[in-house]
Amino acid sequence: MVQLSSTLLYTAFILYLIGTFFFGGSIRDRRKEREGKDRWSQLGIAVTIIGFLAQLGYFITRWIAAGHAPVSNLFEFTTFFGMMLVAAFIIIYFIYRLSVLGLFALPVALLIIAYASMFPREISPLIPALQSDWLHIHVTTAAAGEAILAISFVAGLIYLIRVVDQSKPSKRTLWLEVVMFCLITTLGFVVVSTAFGLSGYEAKFTWVDKNKQKDEMIYELPALVGPHEGKLTKDSADRMEPFLEMPAIINAKKLNTVLWSLMAGTVLYIALRLLLRKRIAAALQPWVKNVNLDLADEISYRAVAIGFPVFTLGALIFAMIWAQIAWTRFWGWDPKEVWALITWLFYAAFLHLRLSKGWHGEKSAWLAVIGFAIIMFNLVAVNLVIAGLHSYAGT
Amino acid sequence: MEQVKCECGHVNPHGTAFCESCGKPLQDVGEKRLLDMRYEGSARRSQTYKRTIIDQIWAFFSSVKVGVALIVITLIASAIGTIFPQQMYIPPNADPAEYYEKQYGLAGKLYYELGFNNLYGSWWYILLIALIGVSLVICSLDRVVPLYRALKRQGVKRHPHFLERQRLFGVSRVNDPDDAIATLKERLAKQRYHVREEDGHLLAEKGRFSRWGPYVNHIGLIIFLIGAMLRSVPGMYIDRAMWIPEGETKEIPGTNGRYFLKSEQFIFETYQKGKENEAFNAAIDRVGNGMIAKNYQTNVVLYKRVGPVIAGAEPKLKKVKEYAIRVNEPLKFDGYALYQVDFRLGEPKAMSFQLTDKRSGASFGTVHIDLYNPKEEYDLGRGYRVKLLSYFPDFEFDEDGNPSTKSRVPNNPAFVFKMYAPDRPKGETSFVAIQQTIEPFGDNKYKMAFAGLETRNVSGLTVRRDFTLWILGIGGAIFMIGLIQGMYWNHRRVWVQRVNGELWIAAHTNKNWFGLKNELRRLLDGTGLTMPADRLEEGKKARQGGQAHGTA
Ligand code: HEM
Repeated sequence: MVQLSSTLLYTAFILYLIGTFFFGGSIRDRRKEREGKDRWSQLGIAVTIIGFLAQLGYFITRWIAAGHAPVSNLFEFTTFFGMMLVAAFIIIYFIYRLSVLGLFALPVALLIIAYASMFPREISPLIPALQSDWLHIHVTTAAAGEAILAISFVAGLIYLIRVVDQSKPSKRTLWLEVVMFCLITTLGFVVVSTAFGLSGYEAKFTWVDKNKQKDEMIYELPALVGPHEGKLTKDSADRMEPFLEMPAIINAKKLNTVLWSLMAGTVLYIALRLLLRKRIAAALQPWVKNVNLDLADEISYRAVAIGFPVFTLGALIFAMIWAQIAWTRFWGWDPKEVWALITWLFYAAFLHLRLSKGWHGEKSAWLAVIGFAIIMFNLVAVNLVIAGLHSYAGT
Repeated sequence: MEQVKCECGHVNPHGTAFCESCGKPLQDVGEKRLLDMRYEGSARRSQTYKRTIIDQIWAFFSSVKVGVALIVITLIASAIGTIFPQQMYIPPNADPAEYYEKQYGLAGKLYYELGFNNLYGSWWYILLIALIGVSLVICSLDRVVPLYRALKRQGVKRHPHFLERQRLFGVSRVNDPDDAIATLKERLAKQRYHVREEDGHLLAEKGRFSRWGPYVNHIGLIIFLIGAMLRSVPGMYIDRAMWIPEGETKEIPGTNGRYFLKSEQFIFETYQKGKENEAFNAAIDRVGNGMIAKNYQTNVVLYKRVGPVIAGAEPKLKKVKEYAIRVNEPLKFDGYALYQVDFRLGEPKAMSFQLTDKRSGASFGTVHIDLYNPKEEYDLGRGYRVKLLSYFPDFEFDEDGNPSTKSRVPNNPAFVFKMYAPDRPKGETSFVAIQQTIEPFGDNKYKMAFAGLETRNVSGLTVRRDFTLWILGIGGAIFMIGLIQGMYWNHRRVWVQRVNGELWIAAHTNKNWFGLKNELRRLLDGTGLTMPADRLEEGKKARQGGQAHGTA
């Protein structure tokens, strides 16, 4: 069952990849009459739906194998988020029939699933705090809400790539490249982790933590930065020595991973720039040149309008109900909770600005990008960095 | 109050932008081609009166700009609060003044000195939330009343200036306008529009209730905020800790002596390889067998006191129920909830010693000492007895080098015994602590040989009662209803009017123009009527230098 489950996930991944190419084909195909009615798009959406069903199969089989909904660790939650992203895309696609949305939404989903797969993938038993149906209700609804909001980002990104003037460098081109760089760095993380993972690299350190306790730490990437008073153990003696040693309060292993990802991202980015001989966003521009800007704007806004209530329900209301049952209080100002609140406040501000100040079009698109950045921050940084400082580190 | 009479005869409140009934612009709209339809042009207090201080405060708080600014400031402040852990998450025995500096260096020191260590409870953070609340109330009142009035009084017949200033607007020439209108009316009704007809003009409307969505959700938020504020009212909210060892019955704190709890047993289980679902093996291997917690559980019996509380007297108890308190499964009774939150395993409960002849090793009986309630003397019969001269539950030497106790919890029990035997009628004194024995008055014949330690588990429970929960629940529910109402429905109107032998069609929605346009296309399909043009898009194209395909 577990084997079947991971095969299905793998299948879904490949299908999303193929779907991306079909959607790309539909843009290149000049013969098409109306948006979304051409053969390429039809194939694209069909493959995407089959991929989604495969991933649903992964989800169900894993649920059966584990005996609980597979949303209880970082890998499971993040892949579920990717699945919801595809689901949200399929729904929005059938409302608006915009093929180019697939060309951008599917790669984002692919990146997210690939990113998820870099974390321990085994099925873990539930610790007592997680043994609650409310937790599963909360997590799934929150992920669905975030995924719908992510579609807003995708549409906003399309809008920006189309509208930002690439003929001369400006603040807008710079920030758009920053967005591209972040996406590429995620890819960098996946590439580096996979490469060293396949080679089975392992370096074991002994180190001294901030309570002056001796401990061991295993690196799966060569250590650029080492832990506090870290020494390679005997069986790892041939491994690379770190260039720098970190103080005890910093989790050197995670920082090391971040550094590797940034390095790989930079290399990839520069290579792409050299290959394309222009900004990444400029290279993408021809793909979106036929997009109706108002439609992209409308989709971006509509996704927020649909996603905001779902997010509120899942990430705040259900979260509070569960927290009241499991942790005796519905709200505890834990970083994860605070960042959910921040996300919520941000999208509330977004809606008000749009409604009363008329922030449509480009401004709204930038806001959609920032909103997604906040969601990702909560998913990635709060789990890995901020919570890591606390005794309570989530799952 | 001044009022403005429109040429259609309707009397509008001062400050109205266009007539409530016919829509004729009352204020100079100048070259602006499209009307601002957001509040139906209604007269809002904040826009109309700006003289007195109250007017200005009203205008300040009803501005969305101010509301958004407050939201954004709160958002940024909240983010700052997550840079370092809040004070409630640092170890409870740490001194925050030192802790932040020691852990996070200069940044930590600064963080503490600026008061960010308790950010969410600080007066200014609470003030921010309160200001958002005030802003919510005022801005909603400022808009909802006039909006309600305007929507209620809107007429079917509209002034041409109103129609041609709508975002979706088109003019058609038809041979038989009566027939076209009849067809449209039927089709609109089929699309579940509520259609009103007056002198051959149509006003079709649906989803008006969605206009109240924002106000409903704001009311929900306000109720939620009130609920949150009420928690600081004494008695609304109880949060107490309770440590209860196995086998004991204790009063439940916060219940004024009305409820008692007996702990039968505390259970701690971990996941063991081989006993669990095989799918978990890999995870158990990675973390370590028996390292992943599976269950924290206290089996308890809840008692209620019967009769009045009499000081000093043993309470009379009546059993209410038995329950297994687990994480995620609190025991609930009478508005209280008891949660499993903590535990201490294997706390010493009783110790046994044997009175032993040091040389022969012969034993003369066992002394069993309850560490929480030791007896003064233990008679072993046949002339053997042991007196407990002193007892130090949590033994240490104080500053003067004298034995003393740190606490009343028997973490490190130590005893001074006096041992009597037929051949030692005056007794021998012995100091016994864990792993050590001191004989202060020279060599003894007898000793107290350690014969066993009895331990028990102690459960840490939290006692909660929260009378604000239902208010928060209602607030949350209303908020969700308002959100869904405002976001998943929209307010669409279609006007069909005869003007100088032409058929004018205008349409408006507060959201989702894409959907409205699709619907119009379906409505007009095959009628020969011109699809209204989106003049906002046209305007943009004209400005961008593209070609505008005009219809109007
Ligand atoms: C965190 C707090 C708040 C939340 C979650 C919230 C939520 C909302 C939502 C969801 C809408 C509907 C938006 C749409 O339909 O696109 C809305 C509308 C609105 N909100 Fe808020 N709001 C908040 C605070 C405020 C504040 C402080 C003000 C005061 C200035 C305000 C004023 C308004 C106004 C004027 C509308 C538009 C009503 C209309 O045009 O029909 N909101 N709010």
